[in-house]
Amino acid sequence: MSNLNDTVINALGRLKEAALPEWQALKEKTVILVGAATCGRAAGALPVMQTIKDELARQSIDAPVVEVGCMGSCYAEPIVVVLKPGQPGLVYGYVTEGIASRLVLDYVAGDDPCVEFALAALETHEMIPTFADYPRGQIEQKVVLEHCGFIDPENINHYLAAGGYAGLAHALTLPPEELIQEIKASGLRGRGGAGFSTGMKWETCRKQAEQTRYVICNADEGDPGAFMDRNILESNPHLVLEGLCIAACAVGAQKGYFYVRAEYPLAVDRLKKAVAQARDAGLLGSGILDSSFSFDVEIFQGSGAFVCGEETALLASLEGEPGLPRHRPPFPAVAGLWGKPTVINNVKTLSYVPYIMKKGARWFRETGTPDNPGTAIFALAGKVVSTGLAEVPMSTTLRDVIFEVGSGVAEGKNFKAVQIGGPSGGCLPESVLDTAINFDSLNKAGAIMGSGGMVILDEDDCMVEIARFFLDFTQKESCGKCTFCRLGTKHMLDILERITKGKGRPEDLELLTELAEDIKAGSLCNLGKTAPNPILSTLRYFRDEYEAHIHEKRCPALMCKDLIAFYILPEKCERSCDVCVGSCPVEAIYPNEDRIKVIKQDKCVKCNSCLVACPPQYKAIVKLSPPEMVAEKEKVAK
Amino acid sequence: MELTEEEKSKAIAVSRKILAGCERTKGNLIPILQRIQGELGYVPLPAMREVAGYMGLPPVDVYSVVTFYNQFRLNPPGKRQVKVCLGTACHMKGGQIIMESWERRLNIRAGETTADREYSLERVACVGCCTLAPVVLMDEEVHPRFTPTKVDGMLFAHGLTKNGEKEGEGA
Repeated sequence: MSNLNDTVINALGRLKEAALPEWQALKEKTVILVGAATCGRAAGALPVMQTIKDELARQSIDAPVVEVGCMGSCYAEPIVVVLKPGQPGLVYGYVTEGIASRLVLDYVAGDDPCVEFALAALETHEMIPTFADYPRGQIEQKVVLEHCGFIDPENINHYLAAGGYAGLAHALTLPPEELIQEIKASGLRGRGGAGFSTGMKWETCRKQAEQTRYVICNADEGDPGAFMDRNILESNPHLVLEGLCIAACAVGAQKGYFYVRAEYPLAVDRLKKAVAQARDAGLLGSGILDSSFSFDVEIFQGSGAFVCGEETALLASLEGEPGLPRHRPPFPAVAGLWGKPTVINNVKTLSYVPYIMKKGARWFRETGTPDNPGTAIFALAGKVVSTGLAEVPMSTTLRDVIFEVGSGVAEGKNFKAVQIGGPSGGCLPESVLDTAINFDSLNKAGAIMGSGGMVILDEDDCMVEIARFFLDFTQKESCGKCTFCRLGTKHMLDILERITKGKGRPEDLELLTELAEDIKAGSLCNLGKTAPNPILSTLRYFRDEYEAHIHEKRCPALMCKDLIAFYILPEKCERSCDVCVGSCPVEAIYPNEDRIKVIKQDKCVKCNSCLVACPPQYKAIVKLSPPEMVAEKEKVAK
Repeated sequence: MELTEEEKSKAIAVSRKILAGCERTKGNLIPILQRIQGELGYVPLPAMREVAGYMGLPPVDVYSVVTFYNQFRLNPPGKRQVKVCLGTACHMKGGQIIMESWERRLNIRAGETTADREYSLERVACVGCCTLAPVVLMDEEVHPRFTPTKVDGMLFAHGLTKNGEKEGEGA
């Protein structure tokens, strides 16, 4: 055994030794990191990076510009980090091309750290607070996201220099049973949503007599509102690859697959590069790190079917079939891909594995609670100030995540609800914000952990419309196998559409509840079983909104199009201004004889353009519900 | 949508080129179809027949896979593909309003292509840019924080780059 130990450790040592000079060389110069994951790119990171390169060339400064992933502060993209030798690293947010050239001229070439554009310092700085000085820094605890945004995702040497693949090396030296024992002892639960014990899954697979086995990384992140898997794959693909290798080593698989969503081209691209580099370095293929263990992976792109995130549907898809879920048991760990024992783990789950290998089960258990150890990663989106990723210890409260990490609701509006867990999850109101977030507590509150997408909703969001939106999604994505899911969701959707159009009937709420129970009972997979959750949770916490729609034909949040009308308050409208007239795409606004603007209701498409266009000093345009209020107002005005 | 003879023969030629040397295993079916779509922009019936013949599968099996997955298109795409994200975050920030603006200006519905094959309009479930909602993809380029008025601006800009050619004047 000790022989194997030495061989593997030596092999990794050689790789690391070869990687270090490149890493060390970076420390001797000024290095500029540009966050260029999908979020950064959408915000304009690539032109910013070009500006920096051009400006450096113009100043004849030799400073490497490294394209990195995302550190999770997506709200401030594009983000640029300047690492000057002997100085604390400085993080700049909302960088435009103009700011980019200022950074090069004033800070890289000169001494002015451009405090006005700085977001945070990486170490203590006399003028700029560090991440830990912010309220979110007190709560956040980065494990998986530690290196995201700070290493080059397309360079294996960066990952190796930062301690990468040490977990795999350790795993190779352990007998598989001991390895599985360590994962079991860590209490790691599947982060894909169900929270099943990862160690147990691996053990079941290992115990099968069949020797051909597979491991699959489920990166078919389909929940609208969740983007942490994309972010991890784009920012640190080697971490996930290492996790998958360790899983293979534990269960004795010869082949692995990454099943990645087709909508994530950059993630696929970076993953492909990572796999090729790992192969070249002897971290994939035959005799990994000079051990006797051989393993290789293939990247399979999904084709845009939400149901394929469900593990048995994913398997069908890999086998070239339409993605219809199968009956479980047998579970994939017993009979999976091509009928062979298969372990399917989520991106986040696999990302924890290398850390548990390196630092041990006990270290992992230091964070979180005994039943829910470790950290949880959430994607904050919607009406929250600091959108982006948050990694916090399990059992942090919802309030802390939304108001401290996410800095609260945007534009000074009032918090209404948080939607957790995507289309299978639920909407939770203010009253349950002090719930500690973990797999078990969220179930009780009527939501699910799901993949960890959190969409914050404010007073302007209609809960009936939210429920309708998710039902519309699940109804379209239902694979059609089970009658209750296929037809039941359609019926529920019809009812919700009726309600949002002001044609709801008093008995509809009863009917919805009844249908929800039937769909839950009559569906094979979790898509159907959880499809009614958005309705049940909104009915439970926001029944009054449903009732306002049904009985008063009114949308309290002024969102449902058929129940609102746009109206220009004559006393507020400024005669000399006609911004709204120009903003209207359908020419529904005209000035009357007094030059007060009026909306032709039959022409208005309720696109909201005029309301946005009306200058804030007038704020003359309002939404009214029910739409009949316009006639009343007009009468009064005359 | 009726395909032209030229489109049909191109579909067959491209499919044959891609199929040559491919392993005839069922697990290969989706990657092959993805490559055909990657080159043609869509997977028409003649291409499906080629694939079925090569793989030794009944054509209906290929058809069932193509029609099951949202990614596969059956009709030729427009020269410019507009995709409106209607994920949760985008929906809450007015994605539906953006979609309606495009539909109104291009005078087509989501999933359709304009008669001149200039633009096609699609909905996507979520592109993972929830922090920049609402998001529109023009070809593969992400346009963050979209507004209805940007629709006109983008159509106008594209009209200009086409040297003053007409760009679907109003609905």
